[in-house]
Amino acid sequence: MDIVVCVKRVPLTEEVDLIVDEQKKGIKKEQLAFVLNDWDNYAIEEAIVLKEKHGGTVTAVTVGTEDDEEVLRRSLAMGADRAIRIEAGDMSRFDSLGVSRILCRVVKDLPFDLVFTGVLADDDYYGMVGMMMAEELGINHANMVTAIEIEDGKARTTSELEGGLSEVSLIELPALLTIQTGINEPRYVSILGIRKAAKKELKVMDLADLGLPDEELSPRTIIEEVFLPPETEGAQILTGDPDKIASDFVEILTRKGVME
Amino acid sequence: MGEVFVIVEHRLGEIRDITLEMLWKAGELGQGLSYKVTAVIIGHEVKSIAETISDRADKIIILDDERLKNFNADISKEIIAGLIEESRPTLTLIGNTSWGMELAPCLAVRAGLPLATDCIDIMIKDDKPTAQRQMYGGKIFSNVSFTPSAGYLLTIRSGVFPKDKIGDRQAQIVQKDLPPKDIPMRKDFIEFAETAAGDVDITQAELLISVGRGVGEEGNIPLIRELAEALNGLLSCSRPIVDKNWLPKYLQVGTSGKSVTPKVYIAVGISGAFQHLAGITGAGTVIAINKDPKAPIFRTADYGIIEDLFKIVPVLKEKVLEAKKG
Ligand SMILES: Cc1cc2nc3c(=O)[nH]c(=O)nc-3n(C[C@H](O)[C@H](O)[C@H](O)COP(=O)(O)OP(=O)(O)OC[C@H]3O[C@@H](n4cnc5c(N)ncnc54)[C@H](O)[C@@H]3O)c2cc1C
Repeated sequence: MDIVVCVKRVPLTEEVDLIVDEQKKGIKKEQLAFVLNDWDNYAIEEAIVLKEKHGGTVTAVTVGTEDDEEVLRRSLAMGADRAIRIEAGDMSRFDSLGVSRILCRVVKDLPFDLVFTGVLADDDYYGMVGMMMAEELGINHANMVTAIEIEDGKARTTSELEGGLSEVSLIELPALLTIQTGINEPRYVSILGIRKAAKKELKVMDLADLGLPDEELSPRTIIEEVFLPPETEGAQILTGDPDKIASDFVEILTRKGVME
Repeated sequence: MGEVFVIVEHRLGEIRDITLEMLWKAGELGQGLSYKVTAVIIGHEVKSIAETISDRADKIIILDDERLKNFNADISKEIIAGLIEESRPTLTLIGNTSWGMELAPCLAVRAGLPLATDCIDIMIKDDKPTAQRQMYGGKIFSNVSFTPSAGYLLTIRSGVFPKDKIGDRQAQIVQKDLPPKDIPMRKDFIEFAETAAGDVDITQAELLISVGRGVGEEGNIPLIRELAEALNGLLSCSRPIVDKNWLPKYLQVGTSGKSVTPKVYIAVGISGAFQHLAGITGAGTVIAINKDPKAPIFRTADYGIIEDLFKIVPVLKEKVLEAKKG
């Protein structure tokens, strides 16, 4: 079972005031901490779990800068066998289709039975690279997968729908699956583990060497402008010391009739 | 005259709310721009679904076939690509649902059309759409446009547009057959599976105290549980808590969990992602406790407490117990 997992490094945005950049095309990222996209963390874990059960290899792939190698090292430390980074320069030149084409170009030359991506990435929230890859590669697919069983060269997948409902399917391999959070419990990665994994292969490929024509990569979906959320009336904030806040809290609950 | 395609989502014989919401938006765009609204229904025995929306579209294209009984993204993609080629609609709207998120990107590649997903609004100028979206967990908004194209694909977030009827339309029904070209079935539908029910039902609760990822670790959950117990309310949670197996799935609030309707909903350490908020639109009063003043939950909550939960929750609990005694 050879599995390729596409991963992305994303900024952590909780408890920070995001600042829109001068061009109004993105946010300032200098001050932000970055992590492996949560969904991709589950995807890597799932690939490793399947490898442990069925044998084979796990390859982690990302399109990005040298800084983005951090998430590949993490993937290697979790148990991926090798990693590939495609150096593509300024990533804001590409839309999701462009990124999916770059990934496909590289994945095509790798042995694979399964390709995983996360359902979406926590930064731009498009959630389309995975399924675009499936179509570009012309392979079978399942979305928002929360369970995978391999049986007789097929994958029995559970796809999450809405409202607690799921859909179970049997699909032929090779296939692309987008992985949903909660599918497994991603293993803990120590600093030491990351250091040890430095011995594993991390290959860097240059976009220019992939032979992808420019017009295939030129974006068709374009961010015109990003901005902070429009003002809403918002919540009435309870202020004062904790004791005062607690009294107001109890007063509200009493008024709403839930303090019997 | 332009045309807007709305891809009808239905499941187990019932039309999904997202379809009505997309029809509302298509209808609204149609009024201003005299676009024709065309609903596309793919499935088996879908007559009653067509009837429910016959006054919301100008045209309903129906593909009814035994082989279309279960949703299959590949087959839908082929069918819709064919219909798009035939009619060249300016816009094609698809729900940003589990099924829609599988279908739309495949269709975009197959039909060679640009796509923006998870849109919360659509503006049109000179037959070219601009879509509004959110990024970074709702902390940033963006306007997205497209290079000129024969048509544009947009997936629409659930719950952002009304389900109401807009304008007066009378649909002409057009039945189509499955394209003769054999579409390979490489995916077999096996069954639907439902989340196991638990010993409590949060959908019936009058008061919910909901815990989110801000609680940090499993060992801190009792802190929130104690507040729930002091208040005689039920404990519920956001998705990451279930993903980590700290609480069972039947306590999860949101799109992929339960929709709840308590008189009061207290969100502790929950950021307010739209998938979570979608589960509490029926809640009476929402009180949010979060240490990040920019957390999106404060935009929609009625009351907010900007504090570290570890500091404030014990104080709240004591005050509640005091009040209940006295
Ligand atoms: C298809 C799909 C379906 C989904 N369905 C659901 C669903 O049904 N329900 C759901 O909830 N999510 C769902 N999600 C996930 C959703 O997008 C969010 O990731 C999730 O809701 C975030 O949960 P959270 O608010 O608990 O965590 P976070 O977003 O991580 O927020 C934690 C919050 O806690 C605050 N905090 C941290 N420490 C403290 C402290 N000490 N004191 C006070 N506050 C603190 C932080 O400021 C932050 O705002 C779904 C996602 C997808 C893609």
